[in-house]
Amino acid sequence: MEITKSAIAGTLESSDAQVTIEPAQAGLELEICSSVADQYGRQIKAVALETLSALGVKAAKVVINDKGALDCTIKARTECAVYRASGADPDGKVNWGGVK
Amino acid sequence: MSELTGKSRLRRTMMFLSAQRPGLVKDAYVYKPDSVMFDLEDAVAENQKDAARFSLYHTLKTVDYGNVERIVRINGLDTPHWQEDIRVCVAGGADGIRIAKCESAQDVKDVAAAVSKAEAEFGSKEGSTLLMAALESPKGILNAYEICMASERLFGVAISGGDFRKSMQTRYYAHGIEMQAARGQMLLAARAAGVQCFDTIFQNLDDIEGFRKETQLIKEMGFDGKSLISPKQIAIVHEIFSPTEKEIIEAEKIVRTVRENSAKGIGVFVVDGKMIDIAFLPGAERTLAIAKAAGLMK
Repeated sequence: MEITKSAIAGTLESSDAQVTIEPAQAGLELEICSSVADQYGRQIKAVALETLSALGVKAAKVVINDKGALDCTIKARTECAVYRASGADPDGKVNWGGVK
Repeated sequence: MSELTGKSRLRRTMMFLSAQRPGLVKDAYVYKPDSVMFDLEDAVAENQKDAARFSLYHTLKTVDYGNVERIVRINGLDTPHWQEDIRVCVAGGADGIRIAKCESAQDVKDVAAAVSKAEAEFGSKEGSTLLMAALESPKGILNAYEICMASERLFGVAISGGDFRKSMQTRYYAHGIEMQAARGQMLLAARAAGVQCFDTIFQNLDDIEGFRKETQLIKEMGFDGKSLISPKQIAIVHEIFSPTEKEIIEAEKIVRTVRENSAKGIGVFVVDGKMIDIAFLPGAERTLAIAKAAGLMK
């Protein structure tokens, strides 16, 4: 998916994560902000990169503000941010079977 | 003794959770409601419907709810959201879907058709996604029987008190008179159609005594369970909707005695001073099935 505009998904509530995506010229730039970054930063990064790869995102600047989110929440917020940033219809068909 | 499974499974408590809030959905199973109700409708802001679906999908796919049933309340059929809501429910493997603001058999049929299409798309077993209908208006209540009979997938109907009271130009009263006719009519329709029947939420979380009274009222009316908005309401409903030890012992005795006497060709007899005949058997068996499903007996 191509990132054509800036988008945010998620909140700063406990157990959530707020993912911000912006267009980039080339490559993926990923920043993790988390109070548990020392313990889980690598895991959050791995989940985010895997999710971006599954969606075919090749160029974007991504900031994840983690508030103790589970992996499934990181995935959900990242996917939502990507769909929004690609200009997809919020009620359009999502490829649920392909979203891992 | 028949077991309560599938469409007839034990559903004393259905706890609402906003599908959009990870802090709520990640471990709601620990409170052990019979069912959780992931909400895509009123609890989710209009501009967060997409986010709620992504959150719901991964919750359904990732979090192990054990024996807790996972139902999803989808947005109304008068919105642009409900069809994608159905796709994500089926793709995620939800056990059931609650149709909001249901007013006719056609509403149920429209949802059932979309669910069938989604089951085919995502490779789910045809008919594996159950339905329930929320009746929130006078029209919905008046059409309750046709709604209850509209689909093989439908396991029950629920009244939604907030919208219903508004449409009737009334409000909540502790004695429940404002809901009496609708509760009764919906219950009659559900029983005639052979589906389950659920009561509305109780909003005042601090009024424990009021909640207990309302729960006792709907139990006595014949409801199967109640929608909840807080874990602290679960134990009260389970207590009121579960058979007591005395009721279980009495039911066991009735089942045993009916069978023994039937084998001897005796139709009417006395158990602990009460006249009993074959007509008491289904009720006693149901008491035991509920006790078993509730984990009160093996």
